[in-house]
Amino acid sequence: MANGGTASGGATGSGTTGTTGTTGTTGTTGTTGTTGATGATARVEIGSRSAGRVVGSWRAAWLRVEAHWTWYRRYWRSSLYSSGLQPVLFLAAMGLGFGSQVEAGPATGGLAYVHYVAPALLVAGAVQNAIGESSYPVLSGFKWQQDYYAVTATPVTAGQLLGGQIIWIVLRVGIACVVYTLVALLFGAWLNAGALLVVPIGVFAAVACGVPIMAVAATTYNEGERFAAIFRFLVMPMILFSGTFFPIEQIPAAVRWLAWISPVWHGTELARGVTLGGLGGWPALGHLAFLGVLAGFSAALARRYFYRRLVV
Amino acid sequence: MNGEAAAPMVGAPMVEAKALVKRFGDVEAVRGIDVQVRTGEAFGFLGPNGAGKSSTMRMIASTSPRSDGDLRVLGMDPDVDGPRIRARLGSVPQQDTLDTELTLRQNLQIYGRYFGMSRADVRRKATELMEFAQLSERADGLVDALSGGMKRRLTIARSLVNDPDLLLLDEPTTGLDPQARHMLWDRLFRLKAGGVTLIITSHYMDEVEQLCDRLVVMDDGRIVAEGSPSELIARYSTREVLELRFAPGEQGGIAARVAEFGERVEELPDRVLVYTGDGERALEQVHGRDVRPVSSLVRRSTLEDVFLRLTGRTLVD
Amino acid sequence: MAPTTSATTRDATPTASARRGLLLRMLPAPLYTGRARALLERSAMVYSRAWLVFVSGVVEPLLYLLAFQVGFGKLVEEVTGPGGETMSYVAFVAPALLAASAMNGAVFDSTFNVFFKFRYNKTYDAMLATPLGPLDIALGEIGWAVLRGGLYAVAFLGVMAGFGLATSPWALLLVPVALLVSFAFAAIGMVCATFLKSPAQFDFVQLAVMPMFLLSTTFYPLSVYPEPLQYAVQCLPLYHGVELTRGLAVGVLDVSMIGHVAYLLVLAAAGAYFTAKRLAGLLLR
Repeated sequence: MANGGTASGGATGSGTTGTTGTTGTTGTTGTTGTTGATGATARVEIGSRSAGRVVGSWRAAWLRVEAHWTWYRRYWRSSLYSSGLQPVLFLAAMGLGFGSQVEAGPATGGLAYVHYVAPALLVAGAVQNAIGESSYPVLSGFKWQQDYYAVTATPVTAGQLLGGQIIWIVLRVGIACVVYTLVALLFGAWLNAGALLVVPIGVFAAVACGVPIMAVAATTYNEGERFAAIFRFLVMPMILFSGTFFPIEQIPAAVRWLAWISPVWHGTELARGVTLGGLGGWPALGHLAFLGVLAGFSAALARRYFYRRLVV
Repeated sequence: MNGEAAAPMVGAPMVEAKALVKRFGDVEAVRGIDVQVRTGEAFGFLGPNGAGKSSTMRMIASTSPRSDGDLRVLGMDPDVDGPRIRARLGSVPQQDTLDTELTLRQNLQIYGRYFGMSRADVRRKATELMEFAQLSERADGLVDALSGGMKRRLTIARSLVNDPDLLLLDEPTTGLDPQARHMLWDRLFRLKAGGVTLIITSHYMDEVEQLCDRLVVMDDGRIVAEGSPSELIARYSTREVLELRFAPGEQGGIAARVAEFGERVEELPDRVLVYTGDGERALEQVHGRDVRPVSSLVRRSTLEDVFLRLTGRTLVD
Repeated sequence: MAPTTSATTRDATPTASARRGLLLRMLPAPLYTGRARALLERSAMVYSRAWLVFVSGVVEPLLYLLAFQVGFGKLVEEVTGPGGETMSYVAFVAPALLAASAMNGAVFDSTFNVFFKFRYNKTYDAMLATPLGPLDIALGEIGWAVLRGGLYAVAFLGVMAGFGLATSPWALLLVPVALLVSFAFAAIGMVCATFLKSPAQFDFVQLAVMPMFLLSTTFYPLSVYPEPLQYAVQCLPLYHGVELTRGLAVGVLDVSMIGHVAYLLVLAAAGAYFTAKRLAGLLLR
């Protein structure tokens, strides 16, 4: 029975290889056919009329970006605020409004408050944006909408799904950062062209903060109450006490280390460094390394959890 | 679907499982089953909830790794060639995993892209499939607004976007009203006629009886019987069944009194079943014995009776 | 006594029948049956298991206060407060934060929570299948948000006092003001929640709340704005809440406070009314 099946499978396989070949997988299908005839353990693909085929990993991740984009084209208006307006609003309220009460002094490096706070607000906004996009929307893919399960029923794998999600956040946060940079330019918040470098720094910090949240989302099975706690106990304090609005030197020394382990602080130091100067090469490398390690480590973790949840 | 395309040779096993096992921690959901699904047939897994049907389906869909045993889908090993297998499968999961915030058309197009299809192809295919699912006039509306039956039809349409060689349907009509079920069955008949191999799980015996050429009856992670619906009925049941219902509290002792009128008698909480070649005659005999049921019914044997015989339990409770 | 026989059998609590007696004259009977308390009990039951979420709402404004104490306050020495007196920046900001956190808590409760119950869990459909009417639901949910806001306000006031930032006995009135602000924003938030269709649209809620939080003179005096903008800011509901709390915290009272209170009262009543209308229109079809 099994033997007969294999033989006829092989026959139909070679018969239809031509059709499959035209859609683009000539090489692999061809070799499969021949090895199938010789080795008993090798795969013997049964004849196909299906139009489906496997795409490369990067392409698969990009297809996910395409799906996000389809969604975004319909709903971009409702995300205008969090991605575009919020950081600008903060810049207006804190940089200009609150800043009008601040005298330029040693705390701000002798600069006007708006210059001091503008690069840090970009980082803070990017981080918040990325964390928001990595929490409930990702959990929804697993739990409410469950579209992640639909995706992994196709040739796209869980890892590629995660990759697409990360690329999408890079793009979205990137666009938001560019918008912010341009608006801040109108406010006269930039001192030099170093502002251009603040955008990639903001995106990098955002990814380093967003990907761990994706890992958390992949291990969340309830309604996501823990995100509310994360926003309040982790994200808000991180933004408030990471040197965004005032130097961390004002934080009592005993708890200042909390700022040092905050990725927002590392991002902020880098962002201020490229616009306002005063950051040495080694410290800069250190900040980059911190963010890189955090992003890499959490991406590996997230990948593991994505597989654990989607392939059971 | 392009039914005129060269149908693969009938008889080649699309799916072949040997001693297939699925464990979740200490729980063994599938306890070593042997299954062979041939090209072009409609194959059913019949069994109550928790019998291990869905776990089996997800292993075949190559979204769930097997714990033990051997499995070939389309001649390939899912552990090695998962993406290649999935490229040629259509999968209708138990829960509609549609993107409710997008339109019907967008759902189909995006899904098709995951199979490496070109933009032009998925556009053409989406239009064609919406026609097939009789959803064309809602193509550009949001999925959110669809009824349960429509969502199910869209999920089936979505699973066909890559012209699959093998279509997996996990409880395709659970939760639908009778009208919606019949409409879905009609679509599935057409697919079968077009040469698509179907694997269906269900705990509705009428669904399996209508759609499947061959089926296995599953219970508690094991296969308890295998064959065509008529074969199974012939093998495990009689031609007819006499159903007797009694007023509450009056059923006690009845089974023993009517036992001689059939080959076999089953007592359920709400009725007594008499298995016999001639139901009308058995009913006359029952009346002759001065047994007075509240209502009685003579009907053909179904897979439900097969399941009852094999496991001592009903499919849907 | 209770006006109808059916009401006597249904209702045992005298407070509820009294409330109904008052409201029945204004509202059609099926809208309100005086059982809003049932929703409060339900919320209390739900939160008894999710107390962490509850407590975290207390902590957030305190974190802000701390940030102002150690950080912002060092950047700005003094500002001009109510009645033209100069005061420390932290003392200036703290009462405004109390009003703002009352708003944030109420909006969060009445939009996110209500939306999910309304769209996904169908909690209200189940409730309306009982004698409860839409106004019971509206008042019950708003009432919970107010209770929660009140609790947060008390905690915040305690910490303010600990930091030496509440200098006048009038500061005790911050609690009822916080309750009023909670009520107004919860009511408005709930109306908005009934219009939302997708969770993505919560951004619209943020779009309304965040600018209000930042711009309603919470962090700097009104005089910072150019004159035309000053009028715009004075239209924001939170501005009125901030004016009330800031004045009371230092005991500088003013006739304009009556206006502020009136503004918030009107907002609260309108919100409750329209919420009930919306729920009735959407669920009792």
